[in-house]
Amino acid sequence: MHIPDGYLGPATCGFFYVAMLPLWTAASRIVKKTLKAKQVPLLAIGAAFSFVIMMFNVPIPGGSTGHAVGGVLVAILLGPWAACIAITVALVVQALLFGDGGITAIGANCFNMAFVLPFVGYYLYNALSYHAPMDSKRRVIAAGVAGYIGINVAAFLAGVEFGLQPLLHHTLNGQALYCPYGLKVAVPAMAGEHLLVFGWVEAVVTALVVKYLQKQTPDILQERRVER
Amino acid sequence: MKITTKFWIGLIILIVLSPLGWIIPDHFKAGSAWGEWGAEEMQKLVGYIPKGLEKLSSLWNAPLPDYAFKGWEEKGLTHLSFAYIISAILGIAIIVIVIFVIGKILVKRRD
Repeated sequence: MHIPDGYLGPATCGFFYVAMLPLWTAASRIVKKTLKAKQVPLLAIGAAFSFVIMMFNVPIPGGSTGHAVGGVLVAILLGPWAACIAITVALVVQALLFGDGGITAIGANCFNMAFVLPFVGYYLYNALSYHAPMDSKRRVIAAGVAGYIGINVAAFLAGVEFGLQPLLHHTLNGQALYCPYGLKVAVPAMAGEHLLVFGWVEAVVTALVVKYLQKQTPDILQERRVER
Repeated sequence: MKITTKFWIGLIILIVLSPLGWIIPDHFKAGSAWGEWGAEEMQKLVGYIPKGLEKLSSLWNAPLPDYAFKGWEEKGLTHLSFAYIISAILGIAIIVIVIFVIGKILVKRRD
């Protein structure tokens, strides 16, 4: 889901940088208000976890690869705004140091993976686990569903961003300037592979860690709210 | 043991296992992620390299492209796994430093 340089035109790249600015500002304002000094290591662990889990590429045999983002889990533990900061740091390091995701596409990639993914996952988890006891099975299932839906909404958006490019930018003879695949190809490809394969990886990772934490330190699930 | 200690241990385990993240796809002959093809692959897929893509795709030269060392592409499994693990350690080290700096700035201003 890391859109490289050259796949999105300048209008789309600019749009998402502009869209992310107020979100990054809000994230730092909200996290500043609520982040306790002792939670900083947890934020670092969250960002590091998201970074390394994205290195675990899962194959569709003979086809493409993909991976989990781990962002819904970070949002469940630290709140969506802290998750936004953690995943943004991971994505920027991936782009600058490893060329994973484009420099021009940092805005778009952060919008998909550091904003939409943790927010959708976080609010869905909260709704599904509403009033559920800390040690309940419902929380584990809620975490899995939130992970699955969170990454799928993000992948769908990435598909739309790819798919809009041939409409926005093409030469007179119809050749694309950036991503050559339109909505009819890009959206089913991105959504399909995440619905069928990579979404399940995010679901299992999120649910298993929540289940582990229920046994180990249920309080970490309770004091998760860095936002407010 | 503190939960953060357990998390750090978990991260170290993930770093050690990280080479599976390219060994397994390689074994199953899976290619690039959708929409992450290089210019040459694009030529094969659609018969031409989109002009804007050609220009922008070489905009940034990452020091460790695709979590590997430059010039090591043809080396064996052990070398590439080693490069992958070093990339994971380096990436995580930088991320942790950046987050601690951000944390320092944010927490300090509140006091």
